[in-house]
Order: sequence, then structure tokens, then C-alpha cells
Amino acid sequence: MSETHTMTAPVAATPAKRIGSISRQRLLNRTVHYLVLSALAVITVYPFWWTLVTAVSTAGEVYSFPPALLPTEPGLQNFLEVFQTIDVWAFYKNSILISGATVIGTLLICSLAAYPIARMKFAGRNWVFGAIVATMILPSEVNFLVNFITVSKLGLTDTVSGVVLPNLAGAVGIFLMKQAFEAVPQDLIDAAKVDGANEWEVFWKIMLPLAKPALGALAILTLVSAWNQYIWPSIVMTSVENFPLSVGVSYLKGTFSFKTRVVAAGAVLTVLPILIMFLFTQRYFLRGFDGAVK
Amino acid sequence: MAELKLKNLQKTYEDGPTVIHGINLDIRDGEFMVFVGPSGCGKTTTLRMIAGLEDISGGELSIGRQVVNDVPAAKRGVAMVFQSYALYPHMTVRENMGFGLKLAKKPKAEIEAAVNRAAEVLQITHLLDRKPKALSGGQRQRVAIGRAIVRKPDVFLFDEPLSNLDASLRVQMRIELAKLHKELATTMIYVTHDQVEAMTLGDRIAVFNGGHIEQVGTPLELYESPANLFVAGFLGSPKMNFLPAKVLGGKLQLADKAVLDIRVDRPDGENVTIGVRPEHLRIAASGVSAVVDIVEHLGDTQIAYVHVQGVKEALALKLASGGQTPANGSTIQLAIDTQHCHVFGADGRALALRSREAVAA
Repeated sequence: MSETHTMTAPVAATPAKRIGSISRQRLLNRTVHYLVLSALAVITVYPFWWTLVTAVSTAGEVYSFPPALLPTEPGLQNFLEVFQTIDVWAFYKNSILISGATVIGTLLICSLAAYPIARMKFAGRNWVFGAIVATMILPSEVNFLVNFITVSKLGLTDTVSGVVLPNLAGAVGIFLMKQAFEAVPQDLIDAAKVDGANEWEVFWKIMLPLAKPALGALAILTLVSAWNQYIWPSIVMTSVENFPLSVGVSYLKGTFSFKTRVVAAGAVLTVLPILIMFLFTQRYFLRGFDGAVK
Repeated sequence: MAELKLKNLQKTYEDGPTVIHGINLDIRDGEFMVFVGPSGCGKTTTLRMIAGLEDISGGELSIGRQVVNDVPAAKRGVAMVFQSYALYPHMTVRENMGFGLKLAKKPKAEIEAAVNRAAEVLQITHLLDRKPKALSGGQRQRVAIGRAIVRKPDVFLFDEPLSNLDASLRVQMRIELAKLHKELATTMIYVTHDQVEAMTLGDRIAVFNGGHIEQVGTPLELYESPANLFVAGFLGSPKMNFLPAKVLGGKLQLADKAVLDIRVDRPDGENVTIGVRPEHLRIAASGVSAVVDIVEHLGDTQIAYVHVQGVKEALALKLASGGQTPANGSTIQLAIDTQHCHVFGADGRALALRSREAVAA
């Protein structure tokens, strides 16, 4: 016992001395963290804010320096002009159709592709997965030419299918779903098999419901990218009435002149639905990645 | 209702080791068979082969006279209760229990009736609309058993079903399982590493070791006449004491030269091992000298651990609680009840004894 006493005495004295320096160090760390995060937040949010300010201002210089942080003479005039110039509702309808089909198709294809890679044993499984992951290296623009040839040979130009089909199987989606399926305990699959489930029933009735968070995350991720895609639909679609909103908005730019404020209003109209959607569903988004990262 | 026949059953993993080396076992219709053994001995693998969750590498498995080697799990007429319970987290208790029948496309009313009946037997009717995460460990266990009962299988398979429960709940569930077996009278195979569960539940026990079955028999047969050192040491708590000895004129001589009147038909000088259970050792006025290491008080009994010259491990002896308690470090004399001794040859197999006269050393 006496030994322990001599041991503890100096140890007890040290923390008392250290408290001040530790908290000062921590304060400094926190300050640096918050400064970096704030800078990142400003860099990320500012372009959106500028677009919004430009769209709702009805007077003043657009490109003034320093840029205006608050709208001058706010009003909805620019938005009205967007509605007068282009058929926003038709474009919205096309966007919803294309994004909806892409989301549903991606969830189905990616989970069907991920399940065997995650849970079934077959020769060359790792090679298949490796090949899928390798496609992540290629930028999607590289595929445009090949995809366009395929789509036009199939006679799918200027159709929703032509825009949607080449985007359904994505490495990110397959990877995300593979991680989610791998996290399901083997006992559940065994229990279902003993209960009489075949492979398809295991997938449909056990695995998919348990992978809901990952499906949610993948749905949001796909929705955002499908909604925002610009180049691919503008290549495939040739008639204006088939354009999604992201492409249709470019019609606000006339051949001879364009109004920056009206284009900004169009951009706001494009981003708004997806932003609202994301705000309501980000919970699922984060939870989905939770499983993927662990 | 079904009997099972395991004929030279083998399991070898692809480019891996052989884990089951040809098991032969007949399980009777309605029997409660317990597979017991240390971890990694192959008991769970054997159970999973019976369930159809592992491929059979060699030999033959038949359930109810039908060879089922290539029959999928779903069609073997077995139900399994897993150690982790394996309840489907996204379904309610009712859906969990009815899942098998739903897959079998049984009418809704029939499923409902079967689930309700099983829930009543297991007293979980009030939990039917809950999800598994809102249940305690004991309740989850009942649901897992309920899910198995609902399907009215020919064979129930249990894979260490009680090992995640606390001690008191485990005892309670053990009793309920025994009752359930009486009620259903269905063949049950139960895997455990807990020898108390094995002894209390099993009609017969198969002791597994290193991918072999060491011995099969009723709990008492195994306890009273173990076929080898492994079975002798595995069943019983505290475990059987082993003392090295040499054959001398047909009797056995211990390391401290004391001679026990246990007669074996072996040549002089052969090394053997004497096995004696803790309840068959007692403190006497004269006998084998031993130094007391520690005494454990268990309320109704005391267990003394003592060191004897020439024996590596401490010997355990059971003493009545009201009797004398030897002091730690004191020297005592041990009497060995030779009538209850077991003798094992150099290869670990039990040797036949010529006569068993009760002689204190």
C-alpha cells in the first residue's frame, strides 16, 4: 500500500498543473476547426446565395464588386419572365419523369448486381467487382460517344429511355449496396433459408428491407445527379418539348442577348425542388453512408 | 416426426481442412439428442449440415428414411433456433413467426391460428405486434423458438440457443425446453458447450472432439462409464481428477508409491491414468498426502483444491458444507473410493477393471 501512495502523489499533482494548458490548447484547436469549416461553408454556399440574390433583385449592377450580399429592390419579376419565356411546367414534368425512372431503375439494377457480389460464391467474383470499381476511374464524359452510338442504334434518341438506360448501372451504387448487403448477419439469411425461402425471396423479403438506409442514400444521390445532368440529355434529346428543366433553362439565353437575372431565376427554379427534397431526406442519406463506411 | 441417420458424414472446406472426419450416428424418432464438446469440435458444423446450410462433403445423411444430402434446407422438414436468435428485424413478432408458413403459401387464417397457438404455448401473445428490437433477450429467445414451432417441423435444431441469456433465465428456459420436448415429442438436436444443459436436457448425448464423436450414450452412462479420458474430463463439474499411475502386480501404484487395490489385466510397468470424481475423494486419517491449495464455499458444498506429489493439476474434492474445512496450506490425507475409479490406458481409452473392492488407500 505504501508503495502505491508514493506512486500516486506526483501523478495527482501533474493534472492540476496541466488543466490550464490543456483547455487553452483545446480552445485553439476548436477555433482553427471552426475557422476552416466556416471558410468551407462560405465557399460552398456563396455561389448559391449569389444566384439567389441576383434572381430576386430587380435593379443594380449584376457584376458589381464587391458583390452585393443582399438583394436590391427585391421582387419576383425575373421569375415571371422565366415562365413567360419557356414552358417551365413541361420541363419540370420531363425532369421528374427522367429522374424518377433513373432512381427506380438504379435501385433495382444496382442492388441486383450487388447481391451476388456480396453474398453468393462464384468463380471470378472478385474480378467482376474489381472491374466494376475500375469504371469509377473513367469520367462519365468518356462514355458519351459509345453510349450515344448504342442509344441511336437502338432507336432511342429523343426518348426518356435513351437518357435513363445508360445511367442505371453505376459503380458507386453497386459498391454502396454491396456494403449494405455485407452488413446483414449470415444467421438471418440462414434462418430464411431454413424457413423455406429461395434465393430470390431472401433477396426480396430479407435483404432489400434491411438495406433500406443504403437504398435511401442511393436514391437521393441518384436523384440529385439525374436531376442536374445537362450534357447527356442535351445530346440524346432533340425536341424541345422533351427537354428536362436543366437543359430547357438554357433557352433563356437568346441568340443575341440574355438577361443574367432571368437565367439566375431559371437556375433557382431548377435547384429548388432538389434542395427541398434533400433537406427533408438528408437523415436517410447520412444513415445510408453510416453503414457503408463502418 | 423423423429419425436421422448420419453415415460416415464428412465435411471438408474447399482448399481447406477437413473438419468432420466421418461421423456415424443414429438419432431415434422423438429423441432429444445433445451434441456437446469444446468450441471448434465440429458440433455446430454437423448441425448445419443436417439443416442443409452446409454442403456435405462425404457420407450420407437421411431424415425419416430419405437421403437428404442434396435436398435444400427448405425441403428437409427441419426448423432451427440460432444462437443469435436471427429474428428478422424489419418484421413484427407475428410476421417473424408466420414467415415460414407465408413462404409455404398457407392460407392467412391458418397462419394466424398457428402463430396464436404457438404464442400461447410460449406465453408471448402480448408481444405479437412488437418488433424484435423492443424485446428482451429472453423474449427474443421465445420468439425464435415460436418461429420454429409454428412450422411443425419433423426435426428441431438448436444451436446453442441459451448461451446469450443470463444465468437465471438460462435455467428457466432450460426447464421450458425440456417441457416443450415432452409436449411436442418431436426429434430435437441441441448443440451446446454447456455440460449442465447437456446432462439435464438430453435423452442421449454425443460428445464431439476434433471432428469425431468420442462417445454416445445417456447422460448417466457417459458420467458413470466414460469411454476415454476426453469424455471423462469433459463431463462433470468440477471435472474428474486424473492421477498418473503404474501397473504393479495387477494393481496400481501412484507416484508417491501408495498402491491402490484396483485390479487391471495389464503388464507390469505400464503407465495408466486413474480417474476419480471429486465426490469420490474424501479426507481420512491415512491415505495419500495432499497439501490444501484453496477451499471454495458454494453454500451447500465446499470444493477443496489440493496438490498431490507427482500430479501436475490440483485435485478437486467435494466436501459437505457442515463438515470440517481444511486450512489453506495444511497437509491432509486423502482416501480414494476405489470402487468408483476409472482407469485409462496410455492411449486414453478406458480399461476394463477386474474387480472393484472398496479399499481405502
